[in-house]
Amino acid sequence: MKISLVGNPNSGKTSLFNQLTGLNQRIGNFPGVTVDKKSGKLKRSNSEIEVLDLPGIYSLYPKTQDEKVVYDLLRDKNHKDYPDRIVVVVDASNLERNLLLFTQVLDLGVPVTMALNMTDVADKKGLVIDIEKLSEVLGGIDILPIVARTGKGINELIDHLVENKPAKTAEPFLGGEFDKGQFLIEDPEVRKERVENRYKKIRQVLSFVVKQMPLPKSLINRHRTADKILTHPFFGYVIFLGVLFVIFQAIYAWSEWPMDLIDTLFVSASAWIKDTLPEGMLTNLIAEGIIPGLGGVVIFIPQITLLFGFIFILEETGYMSRVVFILDRFMRPFGLNGRSVVPLISGVACAIPAIMATRTIDNWKERLITIMVTPLMSCSARLPVYTLLIALVVPDTMVAGFINLKGLVLLGLYLIGVVAALLAALAFKLFVKSRQKSFLVMELPLYKMPRWNNLIVTLWEKVRLFVFDAGKIIFSISIILWVLASFGPGDRIEEAVSHIPQPTTEEQVEEYEKEVSSTSLANSYIGILGHSIEPAIKPLGYNWQIGIALITSFAAREVFVGSMATIYSVGEDFDDEATLLDRMRSEKIRGTQEPVYTFATGLSLMIFYAFAMQCMSTLAIVLRETKNWKYPFIQLVYMTSLAYIAALITYQLLK
Amino acid sequence: MQTLDLLQLNKAVTVKSLSPNGVTSKLVDMGLYPGKTVEVVFKAPFGGPIAIDLDGYTLSLRMDEASLVEVE
Repeated sequence: MKISLVGNPNSGKTSLFNQLTGLNQRIGNFPGVTVDKKSGKLKRSNSEIEVLDLPGIYSLYPKTQDEKVVYDLLRDKNHKDYPDRIVVVVDASNLERNLLLFTQVLDLGVPVTMALNMTDVADKKGLVIDIEKLSEVLGGIDILPIVARTGKGINELIDHLVENKPAKTAEPFLGGEFDKGQFLIEDPEVRKERVENRYKKIRQVLSFVVKQMPLPKSLINRHRTADKILTHPFFGYVIFLGVLFVIFQAIYAWSEWPMDLIDTLFVSASAWIKDTLPEGMLTNLIAEGIIPGLGGVVIFIPQITLLFGFIFILEETGYMSRVVFILDRFMRPFGLNGRSVVPLISGVACAIPAIMATRTIDNWKERLITIMVTPLMSCSARLPVYTLLIALVVPDTMVAGFINLKGLVLLGLYLIGVVAALLAALAFKLFVKSRQKSFLVMELPLYKMPRWNNLIVTLWEKVRLFVFDAGKIIFSISIILWVLASFGPGDRIEEAVSHIPQPTTEEQVEEYEKEVSSTSLANSYIGILGHSIEPAIKPLGYNWQIGIALITSFAAREVFVGSMATIYSVGEDFDDEATLLDRMRSEKIRGTQEPVYTFATGLSLMIFYAFAMQCMSTLAIVLRETKNWKYPFIQLVYMTSLAYIAALITYQLLK
Repeated sequence: MQTLDLLQLNKAVTVKSLSPNGVTSKLVDMGLYPGKTVEVVFKAPFGGPIAIDLDGYTLSLRMDEASLVEVE
């Protein structure tokens, strides 16, 4: 048997779903759209009862993508997910608005049960609801009062669902709109009139079902005071900046050690495989291809978990919608909306969770623009590249007596990312066509404490989504890059390596091995590719060595540093950075005494990394979130072109 | 004719009509329909959205959306 959960956003539907199914949930996708389809087995049901959590909606007549998904499902009786029973979650503290959807579903003609949620909040608001009477005026339907957040009434609801009593065939609440699952009205204007009439009837019904007790104004006043402070023209923004500051401090402080740990684990696993298994191709594939490929996926988990943990808290407490409220004004001119702010800012940590977080934007055009421009924000993977290059080419001078030039350049790179993201958004605003009008008609829910058991479910969901969907692509590309970096045409690599003088003393062995890696890389397919793009990148001030690093760091920006170390056959260890720096400083342009890494080349490279889409993981998640190859492709092309042109201008002006 | 975007804070009014526009039916879905009593409770700074009280729940909408709502 199939049960669908339907309800308004903020009605506690997801809490109820978690209570009904526990951690035993599957996440799929509704075809063609990126709306998660969450389903799970009903707890304590021996029989096969499948619960499907439909996206939160306000009306059966669709205005948003989420509503369209529900609309498409409920219009089509042959849909494989068409429910045998619908449980409508109704927020008791907000009855009038919630009953619109409930009575629409009731009239649709599918057996329906009302889960009357948040009865505790209704109590606090002084609302006395006569449940028996409500059931009676709605034609004798089953109404079960619950508090999904605490689990009150859940057992009774499960019993009711397992028992599966045949539903009463009630008279329609408002006739002529639905008939046996059919939508009879197509004209949007008539639909609107219908909704108005429905509301009027609901209001009549409520006038003798609900009694409003005289209430000390304190509850509402407390919420209003909080609203006034959090949306204040000065304090509102100061508080938001403070919250951001805490979040980023925590992300950097808490993600560093698990990331280091993951890194160490995978590096030692590779080393262990190399030591244990016999030398050969298979060992190399496992140790240099598969394990680092897996590591490249797992490494993102700490940041994803932390960022979504904070976003969860912001959403659950109700603060997020206030942030959207005060920032919408500033994002609109760029074709974005208030909901774009959190993804964009999260992009400074990592574009992957940031792009996953764009799901809260229900306007497709605004969501797409946010996805397209978020990777221009300077993410933490650019930092190692910037650090190396700034140390290499920016002199240690003071500007205006007290500002360090190195710091200034770094700040400039971050600012350039923000400016580029906003300008790119403006450009996309002109190109992206949308039939959906931009609106921000949004409920500002009451403030409440987050439910921590929902947190675990949410985080598990996000991590699983990333690892199994985007992870597959990231893993495959890592393997391809490994193959391209480890093999060359014919015996070109063996041939080149054989020319390196064999080590004669123990001390020379390490030197020799580094020389071998460097020569192998230079003669691999990637090495050849790096050589062959030299004419194209020469006007940017780059040589073929940089060309190779550009290609290998397509996997992830920070790979640039490791590749540079391999190419110049110096230690890859970060503590040895000084040797890499020395080696790069002494590099001369072929046949001259001119250094390769001048200020112009270094800055051109930094500008290139600021703009270029050097991150396959981001492309993989963009594909996952847009469900269309076109968008990651456009993103790759526009960002790379932008990077090329900007780096070209930088180099030509400075050289 | 007074519209919701021009309304001062904390003044209860009744919705008279909604100008037809793509967004209007969304407003009706959210419970903002002719005959309803509403009140602007706070506003976002710098001409941002406004927040209105709709029978005990708070709805925010942009100024140009609010300008579609005629009140009395």
